Amino acid sequence: MLRYAVQRLLLTVPTLIGVAVLVFFVLRVVPGDVVEVKLRGDGGAVAQETIEAERKRLGLDRPLARQFVDWMVGLATLDLGTSMWTDRPVIDEIATRLELSLQVAIMATLVAVLIAIPMGTAAALLRDTWIDYVVRIVTIAGLAVPSFWLGMLIMIGLLTAFSWLPPITFTPLWKDPAANLAQLIWPAMAVGYRYAAVVARLVRSSLLEVLNEDYIRTARAKGVMERLVVGRHALRNALLPAITVIGLEFAFLIGGLVVTEQVFNLNGIGKLFVQSVSRNDFTLIQGMVMLIASFYVLVNLAVDMLYAVFDPRIRYR
Amino acid sequence: MEEGDSSRPLLAVEDLHVAFHTPGGAVRAVAGIDFQVGRGEIVAVVGESGSGKSVTALSIMRLLPRATGRIERGRILYNGHDLLMLDDEAMRALRGRSIAMIFQEPMTSLNPVLTIGFQIMEPLRIHLGHDEAQARARAAELMRLVGIPDAERRLDQYPHQFSGGMRQRVMIAIALAAEPKLLIADEPTTALDVTIQAQILELMRDLARRLNIALVVITHNLGIVARYADRVMVMYAARMAEEGPAEALFHRPRHPYTMGLLRSVPRLDRPRAARLETIEGLPPNLAAVQAGCRFAPRCPARIEACAREPELQPTDVGSRAACWRSAEIAQGKIGRVAAAGAGEGTGASGEVLLDVRGLAKHFDVKLGLGGGRGTVRAVEDVSFSIRAGETLGLVGESGCGKTTVGRLILRLEQPSAGAISFGGVDLGSAAPDVMRALRRKIQVIFQDPYSSLNPRMTVGQIVGEPIEVYGLAADAQARAARVTDLLGQVGLRADMAARYPHQLSGGQRQRVGIARALAFEPSFIVCDEAVSALDVSIQGQIINLLEDLQRRLGLAYLFIAHDLAVVRHIAMRVVVMYLGRVMEVGEREALYREPLHPYTRLLLDAAPTPDPAVERARAPRLITGEPPSPLAPPSGCVFHTRCPVAEPRCREAVPPLVAARGEHQVACVKYQ
Repeated sequence: MLRYAVQRLLLTVPTLIGVAVLVFFVLRVVPGDVVEVKLRGDGGAVAQETIEAERKRLGLDRPLARQFVDWMVGLATLDLGTSMWTDRPVIDEIATRLELSLQVAIMATLVAVLIAIPMGTAAALLRDTWIDYVVRIVTIAGLAVPSFWLGMLIMIGLLTAFSWLPPITFTPLWKDPAANLAQLIWPAMAVGYRYAAVVARLVRSSLLEVLNEDYIRTARAKGVMERLVVGRHALRNALLPAITVIGLEFAFLIGGLVVTEQVFNLNGIGKLFVQSVSRNDFTLIQGMVMLIASFYVLVNLAVDMLYAVFDPRIRYR
Repeated sequence: MEEGDSSRPLLAVEDLHVAFHTPGGAVRAVAGIDFQVGRGEIVAVVGESGSGKSVTALSIMRLLPRATGRIERGRILYNGHDLLMLDDEAMRALRGRSIAMIFQEPMTSLNPVLTIGFQIMEPLRIHLGHDEAQARARAAELMRLVGIPDAERRLDQYPHQFSGGMRQRVMIAIALAAEPKLLIADEPTTALDVTIQAQILELMRDLARRLNIALVVITHNLGIVARYADRVMVMYAARMAEEGPAEALFHRPRHPYTMGLLRSVPRLDRPRAARLETIEGLPPNLAAVQAGCRFAPRCPARIEACAREPELQPTDVGSRAACWRSAEIAQGKIGRVAAAGAGEGTGASGEVLLDVRGLAKHFDVKLGLGGGRGTVRAVEDVSFSIRAGETLGLVGESGCGKTTVGRLILRLEQPSAGAISFGGVDLGSAAPDVMRALRRKIQVIFQDPYSSLNPRMTVGQIVGEPIEVYGLAADAQARAARVTDLLGQVGLRADMAARYPHQLSGGQRQRVGIARALAFEPSFIVCDEAVSALDVSIQGQIINLLEDLQRRLGLAYLFIAHDLAVVRHIAMRVVVMYLGRVMEVGEREALYREPLHPYTRLLLDAAPTPDPAVERARAPRLITGEPPSPLAPPSGCVFHTRCPVAEPRCREAVPPLVAARGEHQVACVKYQ
């Protein structure tokens, strides 16, 4: 088990190197660069010399191979460089937003899991009753309603009902939990609804399948109480596929909430991503792609590890 | 509810009616069944699929699928108390405590994510209130009782670390944990190999006798119950056809269905008949049952009275039969009820069609997370040949490599070593166009008639596809005519061409599979367990069909099967495999009359015979243990670990296959 974990962890290195190479060259193919956007973006006539000087300062005039080597060496020493737009270290730019995005992602996951597992379980156990129909309608709606639109509804609702809007400046959780939650609980709910819908539907169908398995019949034939048949014998098997989906959704939430962040006016990773792309801020884009890729890789690894914990067939053969 | 007075039967089922409500209408799966089971009695319920035997068992446990299954009428008395009147909690407390059940499929009946120990301890905790330590000690004891070695350590293992036979032993341990009074076993050995099957049945019988447990064994195989059952009940189409003491039922059956069933099983203890007797036709559709005796449409002794449904009536031999003519049967007026067959198959032409030399197939497998790799030696040094028009039987237990041999011949797998030549052409080096032409000549019939036909294609499309692909018909009209002709050859009506596979019965699907193979105009067909998924009465029909086709079309078959009696019936020569190697090759009569290899002898010994007199007289079965893992086959002779006559030298070198008597070859040191 430990050996497998180490093996898998080492295998993430080539994956991430691949990502690094890819993102570097893809960005270089895109026409235009940060200097043009920065100096000519608002239509002002700027002398060619000024632009060249700025390019030189940012190192964009050097040969591609040289820039590439710098990028890779930087990565190896965990130095993502400085933003070409703000001149602040990429790490700092990301770090200030990551806290918020991570918290929203974790809270959304909590909301989703807490709602989805009971809902999916209830629907499966009470199949074709009104409870099942309600769950099915609610979850289908969750898939159909875009999170940002639900976000707007929440905002409007808060405004009309309480004449109140959540704060727009981020307060770290450990400084003032109340202010923090007052801001972030709403986007977490907006995003968590769709997330919960996906997971609940999966739990429902997976549990229905498991309840038809022979070993469930065995458990009932043993005289196991129905509550334990579901909780102990069925759910443990039924939740396995849900782990994968929860993992992938979680990784998506880091950086994937572009529009929702806009609606709630959050200064998160999604917003930063859009900014950096529209500014052609190569170093920042590279840094963020690396961050998100690492998240996906690590979450996948965690999912596989969890699988091994829950399923002995994977642990040892 | 445990005490009960001993004059009362332990279990009494009265006028039980069960229906499944489906969108297509109500399926009356059990339609008026009465029977009793006494304390400590061993009762067998025999019937084909859909006869209602499993539904009866699940009704007793009240474990019918909740959404669809419903007990419409009747009483189920356990110790005089009606189980159907109990509330859910009282019934739950009874399950596993007073009445326990074992299921057919040991591979899926245990929870894969819980340890074996936990699963055995669960009923102890629930019903007997054992604490952890008590339950664990008792679980280990139960494991030893059912013959699982190294019990303490294995308690912490998971189901996937156990073989099928061992899992079934675990199931028995779970069932016995709370010392029930009644144990219902639904096809407990159907999924197991013949040598393991014998061990499990012996174990269940011994434990039932020792612990005074009443045992109800549900099975489709008459042979396995002959040795063990005190009483036998034969079910047909949701009704009881006949019921009585085992002796009476096997030797003096009084219902035409029982008679037909007993005759249509190929038997090892009788001279091989030229042709199997069969029960023609199909069981009725339970969603639309006609009035009258349910067996009448298939019964050769049908009379006018059969338009009324007969009730179970006592017979002259102490059994009860639901037949208007059981008295006439008793007087010997009605003898033959199964359709008789025509003559013997063709002789082989003598010309070698398929030749296999030194065939081997190794699979690389990964062992667990981050673990190393291993090699499964599925097939090792297998050689045989098949002549045109001949049937070669290939027998062995699961995992012996017989299916892999079939797949290698079909080129579905590439051999690791060895050569296969067909009609003189080496398949390994044949040019692509030659190979394409040869592929048409080598066809296959699969085991599972349910998954081997594309559900989205009609029968006509399935059978017509090869004709189209190979351009075997001039135009669409000629193709349709050819499809009709092929369906006729396999005994299907022309209008079946418009149907989809799900509208057909298992036997009909297998006929479609055969028609598809014939569409290629092959000269050789690999029949991979082609009849083992079919009911006894249908199995005989398909075997006869295969023989007829062979005679008419001069086909050669490689008949892969685990059922020795079926192979004896159809094959002219037989190859016995064990753990990837050939143990013995011989002419049918010689091999069955005088098996040379100890493994063949054990296999024949383990095969049950549907005759209580023969079965009870025989000595306890010899075979013990389980086949070793093909990942680490034993050194020397691969069979030495289970061989009753093994010597030290068996461990040293692999004995080659040598001619012992004429063409009879055997791989055993005793004959070197």
